[in-house]
Amino acid sequence: MNLLDIVLLTPAAGALIALVLPSDNPGLLRKFTLFVSLIVFLLSLALIAPVNAAPGRYAIESNAVWIEYPAIRYHVGVDGLSLWLIILSAFLTPICVLVSWKHIEDRVKEFHAFLLFLLFGVIGVFVALDLFLFFVFWEVSLVPMYFLIGIWGHDRRIYAAVKFFLYTMAGSAMMLAAMIWIYNRAGTFDLPLLLDMLRTRQLAFSAQEGFWLFLAFFIAFAIKVPLFPLHTWLPDAHGEAPTAGSVMLASVLLKLGTYGLVRVSLPLFPDAARDNAPWIIALAIAGIIYGALVAMVQPNMKRLVAYSSVSHLGFVVLGIFTFTQVGLDGAVYQMLNHGISTGALFILVGLLYERRHSLEIADYGGVGSVAPWLSTVFVITSLASIGLPLLNNFVGEFLVLQGAAQAKLLYAVLAGTGVILSAVYMLWLVQRAFYGPTPDAVKHHVTDMNGREWALVLPLVVMMVWMGVGPQTFLPSISAPNRQVLELVSGKPQIEKSAQEVAHVR
Amino acid sequence: MQHLWLIPAFPLAGFLVNGIAGRRLPKPLVNTFAVGSVLLAFLWVLKVLAGLQPLEAAYTERYFTWIQSGFVNVGFDFMVDRLTAVMLLVVTGIGLLIHIYSIGYMAHEDGYSRFFAYLNLFMFFMLVLVLAANYLVLFIGWEGVGLCSYLLIGFYYLKKSATDAGKKAFVVNRVGDLGFSLGMFVTMLTFGSLDFATVFGKAQAEGAALNPQTITLICLLLLVGATGKSAQVPLYVWLPDAMEGPTPVSALIHAATMVTAGVYMVARSAPLYNLSPTALEVVAIVGLITAVMAATIGMTQYDIKKVFAYSTVSQLGYMFLGLGVGAYSAGVFHIMTHAFFKALLFLGAGSVIHALSGEQDLRMMGGLRSKIPVTFTVLLAAAVAIAGVPPFSGFHSKDAILLAAHAHAPWMFWVGVVTAAMTAFYVFRAIFLCFFGTYRGDAHPHESPLVMTLPLGVLALLSLAGGYFNVPHYLAPLFGGEHAPHDETLVAISVAAGLAGIGLSWLFYVAAPSLPERISSALGGVYRLVYNKYFVDEAYDALIVHPLRDGSRALLWGVMDARIVDGAVNGAGALARSIGSGLRMWQSGYIRRYAAWVVLGSAALVAVAAFWGGAR
Repeated sequence: MNLLDIVLLTPAAGALIALVLPSDNPGLLRKFTLFVSLIVFLLSLALIAPVNAAPGRYAIESNAVWIEYPAIRYHVGVDGLSLWLIILSAFLTPICVLVSWKHIEDRVKEFHAFLLFLLFGVIGVFVALDLFLFFVFWEVSLVPMYFLIGIWGHDRRIYAAVKFFLYTMAGSAMMLAAMIWIYNRAGTFDLPLLLDMLRTRQLAFSAQEGFWLFLAFFIAFAIKVPLFPLHTWLPDAHGEAPTAGSVMLASVLLKLGTYGLVRVSLPLFPDAARDNAPWIIALAIAGIIYGALVAMVQPNMKRLVAYSSVSHLGFVVLGIFTFTQVGLDGAVYQMLNHGISTGALFILVGLLYERRHSLEIADYGGVGSVAPWLSTVFVITSLASIGLPLLNNFVGEFLVLQGAAQAKLLYAVLAGTGVILSAVYMLWLVQRAFYGPTPDAVKHHVTDMNGREWALVLPLVVMMVWMGVGPQTFLPSISAPNRQVLELVSGKPQIEKSAQEVAHVR
Repeated sequence: MQHLWLIPAFPLAGFLVNGIAGRRLPKPLVNTFAVGSVLLAFLWVLKVLAGLQPLEAAYTERYFTWIQSGFVNVGFDFMVDRLTAVMLLVVTGIGLLIHIYSIGYMAHEDGYSRFFAYLNLFMFFMLVLVLAANYLVLFIGWEGVGLCSYLLIGFYYLKKSATDAGKKAFVVNRVGDLGFSLGMFVTMLTFGSLDFATVFGKAQAEGAALNPQTITLICLLLLVGATGKSAQVPLYVWLPDAMEGPTPVSALIHAATMVTAGVYMVARSAPLYNLSPTALEVVAIVGLITAVMAATIGMTQYDIKKVFAYSTVSQLGYMFLGLGVGAYSAGVFHIMTHAFFKALLFLGAGSVIHALSGEQDLRMMGGLRSKIPVTFTVLLAAAVAIAGVPPFSGFHSKDAILLAAHAHAPWMFWVGVVTAAMTAFYVFRAIFLCFFGTYRGDAHPHESPLVMTLPLGVLALLSLAGGYFNVPHYLAPLFGGEHAPHDETLVAISVAAGLAGIGLSWLFYVAAPSLPERISSALGGVYRLVYNKYFVDEAYDALIVHPLRDGSRALLWGVMDARIVDGAVNGAGALARSIGSGLRMWQSGYIRRYAAWVVLGSAALVAVAAFWGGAR
């Protein structure tokens, strides 16, 4: 059992233990879950050093037989692509426990068990190297989120939970069918093995076959992202989910889709990915603009942030399908950025909701006068979200757009309008909620942040600045695996320049 | 190592202290951190520049790799050359004076420490902007000053008009920033770098070998960015609204420093623009159109700050004219003199507003000459400077631009001269309406305290004598010999135009005060068109803002999301249910019906097989 197995299995063990803890002691459950998730977070940090030593390979790997026949393996590994997503998930889970500290009072035991189980599921997706294992974790992550929305959500939670579940299931069904098809052709679910077979021509997909397989995976991933026009489950899910659910959904679950595109779709079906890139890019750009425009007119804060996610994730998909090093690095970096800044936005909206018990923007106004620090943090997060330099999103958007310009200047022009619109919807939200005179209902209910709330918000703000000023902490380890993906897609080795070498032509 | 990073670091520290703890600090301490940090920055600039003289080649400091991915490698690097030196002195020098002035001006305002925190943050970003050694670091400053502009325009955040104006400034600038970003992307693709030294080095070395269309594209895209930040046609609309901010902000950000960032950026990119005569021509024409259009509006406004705001737009147009005709150093020279006299005009206007307890309407002023003599004197100094009266500062820089314009294309000179006359007219119109005649308001005017009048005095001296800082000569090594031949006749013409503007203004507003009314009613529609700022804001609202907002709400959200996509999703759900109930019919339990299905099914299979086979 190596470090990676421990990181993966600790949350699952934690979830099981939580289930046997006494349910009449919610304080203990909260502390226990906080403890376990912090442990997982610290353990996940220990993955950094080995991965940085060999970012392009699976620095830590476990490979064992799970089921003899059909041949399904417990094959997990971590490289630079999955590393930061694992850390992001583990980083946000304790924050989710803290944000639910006062807010969740009903069925506390189940709530925390689901939260840990969710962490188990998403880490599983990020480390799985066996397609069937990947699928199992994919489904495992779906169930807790379904219950988080369905049990602890707002008024229309059942509709939202079922819509979320059915949408995703529709995609997973296609993915499963495609996986079985591949298994029948290759006799294995093992991803590195499959890639080996493809390289050595032991396995080859015909153009038509490749297209349909690519499409099946693509739809499953695109629903999760969500890519326009498959996004309509997202505003409902976010609108109804409790704060912790929204945070995990936006920050981590959506990334399962974009991660799948990079980890599975591009390497397995490089030709189909290349052939289908134009319309996928068109949808990504449509989503960037569409999401931003619809976000602009939302009367409900959470739905506004949800639509903004559609726009931001459009950037990620655009970056992936530019098939440029810059664009792909930017896309992966943007996954992390979006996790931090949108997670923070949902938390802040949640803090407002706990006070004023409304998500309607019209019920707010003048919050700045009564809760100056909450407002300050909200403004900083908004600025991060709209891509202000020195904050995190800027780096990702810059790289994605540079990659898009490299592919075709028009892509950058069109996607760039999303950057303008993001300022419109976020600043309008800030203006309506935080500026102006303070109505009585706000004056009486909205207070500034307390110590616990600072504790959960401050790490996020620190990360926004860190990732904006010092992206080189993260980018080198992201670049290495991306370079290999691009080699597979383009069929040629990518030119690798050392940082020192490039520094001369800065 | 000159530790250039300390220059912006001082105000950043001031921002952090006042931003985090300012609310609990006593005012003198807030002042100490706010003004002290800018003073230190100013002193450090002097120290650095003294150490680097004669500064014939650019001096660069590289700190760390900021973003490295694929062929993109951007460092966090600072650089100083002579152009930077001029900008550094203007920014920290004027910035220091305005910080001092603000102590008096803001003394009775709420949010005192917040104001200074934002002002310090602005200084930080502005200094990053001018120190940047590559486009992306420049872009940090570029966006950062825009943020501070947004925060400070909306400083009175209880007022909707103020927060509206802040948002408008940010969004309009974002439109320009998209142009800037695209310019950077193409630069990166063309030169493989965003570093000034690398890009310009390659541009000069490869010159003719580069695709001229690509260079023109880069230059025009960068210009789009500049029209946003420096309030040029068609993106100037945010600047007049920006006057919602406190007056020191108008002076520092919206007159002296931030709005000149576009001019600075184009001048910085001179090696690129020199390769594209087309782009330079566009720069000159955009500048001219802006100069004329804003000057005409300025002649009709009654809000003293709006008059000066349109004046700023117009003067920035002048600077672009200078750049466009290849007289980069003249354009930069005008940045400096304009910073002196326009900061003074705004701060003086602030002193008037302060004296009248918030009144900004020129029609409610008059006769203040004797009541606030110091303010009157300094405003007069600023007015003669901007009107181009020799030997004051504006005369020198404006003449340098006009002479270069004449050498490039005589018609540009003539349009510039007419604008100069209008400039003199509207500035003296404000002076006469404010200080001459009889007082028409009902406040109790009082002179401002020393902490405000002292910076005014310094700026007055600079406005009068600042033309003798020979900036074009100092910058000559950077921009090459671009000296237009000195022509006494042309100089005389432009001076005469300025004097004529002053004389006409005197006639209209002192000698025969009923004249303006008669003329404006005689002009009728034309006057209303100009007075209403050519209805540009209304046109933008009707053509862009409303369609986007209403279309998004009704069509995208209402129809696309709710009806089409969700309609399909819910429809699929309903379909699944009805298929389910349809399938139930098959399992009715009646043997005869099963038999019928078997027969029908077999027939269908045979038909399909036959058709398939036949078709093949």
